[in-house]
Amino acid sequence: MADIVIDRVAKSFGDFQALKEVSLSVGDGEFVALLGPSGCGKTTLLRIIAGLETQSSGRVVIGGRDVSGLAPRERGLAMVFQNYAVFPHMTVFENIAFGLRMQKVGQVEVKRQVDRAAALLHIDQYLDRYPAKLSGGQRQRVAVARALAVQPAVLLMDEPLSNLDALLRLEMRTELKAVLREAGTTTIYVTHDQTEAMGLADRIAVMYGGRIDQIGTPLEVYATPATRFVGGFIGNPPMNFIKVKASGGQIRVGSASLPAPVRDAEIDLGLRGEDAALSADGSGIPFDVRVVEPMGSHLLLTGAIEGQLARIVTPPTARVQAGERVGLTVDPSRLTWIDAATGRAIART
Amino acid sequence: MTSRASWIPYALIAPAVLFLAAFFIVPLVQTIWLSFSSEEGVGLANYARMAGDLNFSLAIRNTFLLTAIVVPLQVALALLMAVMLTKIERGRDLVLWVLTIPLGISDLAAGLAWLAILQNTGYLNSALYGLGLIPGPTGWLTQETPVALFIGIVLAELWRATAIVLVIVVAGIQLIPKEFAEAAEIFGARPWTRFRKITLPLLKPSLQSALILRTVLAFEVFAVVYALGGTNFPVLAGEAYTWQNINQNYGVAAAYAVLIMAISLAATALYLSILRVRPEQQP
Repeated sequence: MADIVIDRVAKSFGDFQALKEVSLSVGDGEFVALLGPSGCGKTTLLRIIAGLETQSSGRVVIGGRDVSGLAPRERGLAMVFQNYAVFPHMTVFENIAFGLRMQKVGQVEVKRQVDRAAALLHIDQYLDRYPAKLSGGQRQRVAVARALAVQPAVLLMDEPLSNLDALLRLEMRTELKAVLREAGTTTIYVTHDQTEAMGLADRIAVMYGGRIDQIGTPLEVYATPATRFVGGFIGNPPMNFIKVKASGGQIRVGSASLPAPVRDAEIDLGLRGEDAALSADGSGIPFDVRVVEPMGSHLLLTGAIEGQLARIVTPPTARVQAGERVGLTVDPSRLTWIDAATGRAIART
Repeated sequence: MTSRASWIPYALIAPAVLFLAAFFIVPLVQTIWLSFSSEEGVGLANYARMAGDLNFSLAIRNTFLLTAIVVPLQVALALLMAVMLTKIERGRDLVLWVLTIPLGISDLAAGLAWLAILQNTGYLNSALYGLGLIPGPTGWLTQETPVALFIGIVLAELWRATAIVLVIVVAGIQLIPKEFAEAAEIFGARPWTRFRKITLPLLKPSLQSALILRTVLAFEVFAVVYALGGTNFPVLAGEAYTWQNINQNYGVAAAYAVLIMAISLAATALYLSILRVRPEQQP
């Protein structure tokens, strides 16, 4: 078991700065997801931790040991790749045993560990087969079993579920969480899928443009985004941002008036779609409904607040028509305020 | 609709089939026929004459020895060069291009180029003389220096034909996703282990093609040997040439040709069975 400290790690490819002095601490046994759109630097950061890429500056410390200059095999970690990287010329058994064989573990112990890992991932009946005879989901299980067989202190996963179809992904996600909790392995998990990150991780590091915008529990990054990007990237529908002008510590939207965290400035009001309720009498923030989409569990309303696009989620029983103007009431404590100039959240007072 | 157009594929390959039939299969059958027919009638007379010839066992020995030395060296060199090429980040295409220049040179021209280096008054002797290592022009390609002659032929063959193995191996290495090597590295494999356990097995189909191609061509080796050693180093294809053009005995020449073909086919069959990649082991 080991904790991981990433200390001001930066990486440039020629003129392109893929990572800009990223720092992150992952506790022993913790599961941290690196979440962000493609090109945000999350995979580069993971590959630097693995040692497959060399940082331009900064340090990686695993279990108190500075591994920055060490080869991948000397870092005491295991990795699951996006396209599995299961060796096609070896049986499932030999694939899972690969790491143990490299450590020159005895035959009896190899068999014990392979059987254990295979049982954990429910692939014990395929041990004699070659990967080409397996489905994508089964190959993914082999890749995870290969990583768990060496009982690594640190497990790195690079979009491990993204090549699976939606149903299989959901199933594997649940199973991964159970397996990894049992193993108690420190895990860093790269994904662009927010539901995967929210469902699996103890904490999420949201990355954008080579930086970590926010690190927090899934609920923290969802409810209190640190930047406009985080609010817009996490959540479905994403957070609504309405440009408003504060004067005298108040903002006015339609007939509604709300307390603002600044006295006089242009700010963005961040509002989660489900944090607004339809008022009974049409009072509050005016919302012009353009499209009503019944999603089963809820209604998704798309429309405009003061001419700016907004999406609101209401209970499925709400009676709303397209073209109607309704009033929204909001809980001021659940609002996010963004500094329009910096894009960062304004601290709540 | 497909049934109506079913003749189209055959029509499209017909020109190629006709071409091969006219210029490959017909001469092949004629050669085989020729090898079995002589003045005494149809039989093994040509083969008996071939086997009874003074140079026959020498040509067999030389050809097999040359193939057994040159082909493994070429594969080893090509693997080494291909792996080094993968480590080059900038200018890789240029290096590959330079390494493959010998491919564009005909084997006779290559033999003559090496003759210019290795002959009595060649570049090698000039350099050795300049360094004070030899007293004057020294013969390396004579009957009295069979080892030096052999080494010279091996060098020329390596220089001339390693590039074709390199090209095949480089293409094969590029087909292997880099994640395999990375996964092996993460799980503790050192570079030599990665090469042995991952790269080499996944390269088997490419190696098979390269080995078949090179071995078949090595059994047919002629021009380079002829340019460097003349008749000092008899090989099978050289004997076929001698019987055809010097002795004017087409039957024995045809017997040599058929023998070379049989050896090539046997080598190909051997490689196909040894280096077979079972379908379930394919990526």
